[in-house]
Amino acid sequence: MDFKELFELRSVRKLGLVIWCIVIAAMLLTARLVYIMIFEGEYYNEKATNIQERERSIKAQRGIIYDRNGVILAGNRAVCSVSVIHNQITDEEQVIANLTKLLDIDEVTVRKKVEKVSSRESIKTNVDKEIADQIRSLDMDGVMVDEDYKRYYPYDDLASKVIGFTGADNQGIVGLEVYYDEILQGTSGSIKTLTTSRGIEIPDKAETREEPVPGKNLITSIDVNIQQYAEQLAIQTMELRKANRVCIIVMNPKNGEIYALADVPEYDLNNPFELNIEATSTDASPTSDQLNNMWRCFPINDTYEPGSTFKIITATSAFEAGVLNVNDGFSCPGYRIVGDRRIRCHKVVGHGSQTFREGIMNSCNPVFMEIGARVGVKDFYETMKALGLFEKTGIDLPGEAGSIFHKIENVKEVELATMSFGQSFQITPFQLMRAASAVVNGGTLVTPHFGVYVTDSNNNIVDKISYNTRDGVVSEETSETMKDLLHDVVALGTGKNAYVEGYDIGGKTATSEKLPRSSNKYISSFLGFAPTENPEVMALVLIDEPEGTYYGGTIAAPVIGDLYENILPYIGLDKKISTDTDAVETVLIEDTVF
Amino acid sequence: MSSNTDTNKKQKASFFHFDEGFFDYQTLFISVVLVLFGIMMIYSASSYRAVMEGNPDYFYAKKQALIAAGSILAMFLVSGVNYKKYYYFAVYIIGIAIILCGCVFVLGIASHGAVRWINLGFVKLQPSELLKPAIAVYIAKVCSSHAKWLNDFKSLSKLMILPLIGIGIVATENLSTAIVCFMIIVVVVFVAADNVRPIILWFLLAVVAGIVLISAEGYRGGRIDAWLNPETSDNGYQTMQSLYAIGSGGLFGKGLGNSIQKTGFLPESHNDMIFSIICEELGLFGGLGIIALFVMLLFRIKYVATNSPNKFASYMVIGVMAQIAVQLIINVGVVTNTLPPTGVTLPFISYGGSSILAMMIEIGLVLSVSRQLEPYE
Repeated sequence: MDFKELFELRSVRKLGLVIWCIVIAAMLLTARLVYIMIFEGEYYNEKATNIQERERSIKAQRGIIYDRNGVILAGNRAVCSVSVIHNQITDEEQVIANLTKLLDIDEVTVRKKVEKVSSRESIKTNVDKEIADQIRSLDMDGVMVDEDYKRYYPYDDLASKVIGFTGADNQGIVGLEVYYDEILQGTSGSIKTLTTSRGIEIPDKAETREEPVPGKNLITSIDVNIQQYAEQLAIQTMELRKANRVCIIVMNPKNGEIYALADVPEYDLNNPFELNIEATSTDASPTSDQLNNMWRCFPINDTYEPGSTFKIITATSAFEAGVLNVNDGFSCPGYRIVGDRRIRCHKVVGHGSQTFREGIMNSCNPVFMEIGARVGVKDFYETMKALGLFEKTGIDLPGEAGSIFHKIENVKEVELATMSFGQSFQITPFQLMRAASAVVNGGTLVTPHFGVYVTDSNNNIVDKISYNTRDGVVSEETSETMKDLLHDVVALGTGKNAYVEGYDIGGKTATSEKLPRSSNKYISSFLGFAPTENPEVMALVLIDEPEGTYYGGTIAAPVIGDLYENILPYIGLDKKISTDTDAVETVLIEDTVF
Repeated sequence: MSSNTDTNKKQKASFFHFDEGFFDYQTLFISVVLVLFGIMMIYSASSYRAVMEGNPDYFYAKKQALIAAGSILAMFLVSGVNYKKYYYFAVYIIGIAIILCGCVFVLGIASHGAVRWINLGFVKLQPSELLKPAIAVYIAKVCSSHAKWLNDFKSLSKLMILPLIGIGIVATENLSTAIVCFMIIVVVVFVAADNVRPIILWFLLAVVAGIVLISAEGYRGGRIDAWLNPETSDNGYQTMQSLYAIGSGGLFGKGLGNSIQKTGFLPESHNDMIFSIICEELGLFGGLGIIALFVMLLFRIKYVATNSPNKFASYMVIGVMAQIAVQLIINVGVVTNTLPPTGVTLPFISYGGSSILAMMIEIGLVLSVSRQLEPYE
């Protein structure tokens, strides 16, 4: 047999077997490829993109907080960060020399960073824009200048408790910064670029860029001038009275816009992590308790016993219930027996026989205990409810405290008596101001607030922030009567130290004894408003733990007098041209530009 | 079928036979297309690396192109030699190849952690690549001259002494090349032997030896782990980068030159891993196209083998076919993590002068045989 035939018979079949094995192997590999590239493609592609793509975020500029006149309270300062990419540097020596000179860092540090083979080495952050521009103008290969924003508070500690500050990622931490964070924040953008394994961006590859959306601006009701003056006054008072703290709140009783909220001691918003008081030990860094206490806004986050300023509410409830006439006669022997107790008046020898008008001018406790008893628990609570004392005011700052009252079923004679002159319950100063505003503004319950308008980056108004109001919580008639009475308190009564020549001012003093009563610590306060006929400005001063004299009428009332003397002309309320010094007559100032 | 009337005439032919008979343009065409395609892909895959090393982007592609040109010339020379001369010189050919492989121990230079190259001054030569065609020639010769010896284990082993010496030398530094060489022998003997049991026994022995080697040597020990758990294994980096490249290619790829994985993510991207870059840039269709080209070439070589004028010619061509097939399967198997990671070049396409020279010499052998075909009888 020819060997070729033998070969054909036997070997050709085996060769066929071999070639089909190869074909099957090739088909298996094909299947494997299809599996990886089609069915698992998504998975591997995503993983590949993860390692290949670098995302750089572009920070959005945070919205600016303005005062009512467009003065910047919280703004942004452009800062830059300088970094180098080793592989892109063409002239190392030049880069080192220039950066050392311009950034004021020693050469060894710069050289180390420049010569380090890494994808990106940061040289310095928070570089002033001017210097950054100089570096940029040198146009050195491998040197990157990135823009960044840093929150900046031009008035340092002004209204610090209100404005608050932001954290490292430009997020609000306390105050308006956090309450309006969503509006102010904006949306950061990003640049996604493909990079090589060394992190170098690949040129000519399409980069996906998402532009940042800047935050919206907030126009607040704060008036920088009033705020500054209120703070000055608060600091003076705090030093004069050696007090723990002094709060001054200035608000428009008609709409709840807050012109100023001074809560001294304030802290530096540009350095919010430095204590505003002398540290007890010099090297210890402040504890978080200390810091939280420093940032705390007491008129919002804390409650207190309002004391005699609350008699405004007691009187209002009596007039609303129709159980009181201004000229009703009362007698004060210096105490009143309530149930089995004998509750004293602040004037131990008593005020003797007096009308209600005289009683409120004297801030006589037995008078108010009696009218409290006349009103009764149910009507008293109804008035307090109408005046919003059982609910939060809705002020636009975080962490507002709620009031603490006896349950209505637990209020007996004694509780009712003490409540009628402002003791045995706790409210926030803003709850008091809100209720008092309703009493003097004709019966409209407003929401105290700071935020007024939201504007876009071109300062066009995009939103007017609306707040709840409730009309008719107090009758017009009662409101008129109360304004008249409170005018007399300042003109002739305990509040006379708040009197300002040429203006009609109404108000009420208070001296609240802090708990426990035995501590002999007091909060002296005064609530005032002007002009009495048509109140435009309401102010409350709280002096916490003054040393020495603690009567509200003596130490708190003059503060409001001083404040009004300066801010009333500023806000456009002209002095009454009159030689009549008893100032009983009221003059309504028209065309108040406010 | 057995029209072998001209055999005597052909045996008297001169050393060269350029002017004779049939020339298999299909094999030539597919091989050259693969080589040119390879140069293009090497340019794409190596440009980043070349620039990073401070060279122009065409550095590797140019080197490869020059060597490929020389290799194609070598292919024509080899194809011009009457294949019967290889029969007579088979022992010398494998002898020279083994000596060159041995030279690595004396003159070798290390690269990639292994000593595989000898420096010829103008070019670095990897002798283990040249062992592949040498074995193909030698085994074809002994299978045709000592056909009976293939049928029992002892005599088969005698025939295999020379190539096994070469394989043994190569295996110390480059197990994967040794595997390829051994598979050439297995396939050729399998096809040639009347009794296939001895060669199957050898194959099984080799598999056992391979398992022992892999589990014994620490440097290779991590491979199994890297193969089975590429995402968690310390040695799985290259495998994962390869899968990222392939997986991110999709149906049509990112386009020629647009691979991201070649920018330093995937090691050996222009070399053993070039198929991953092909898939990334040209997609599933590109990858399948290449596999299809190889299958076409293998069928063409098989056609030459089945129509060869005698056993020697046929076996030699089958050896070449076996080598191309085995390297293709191992290479694509490794980059797709179908097989444990090992360094085998993709024939014609991967970067490497010795590899392409050996490949073109083998195509030269096929073409030399093809001149003696009478295909359209």
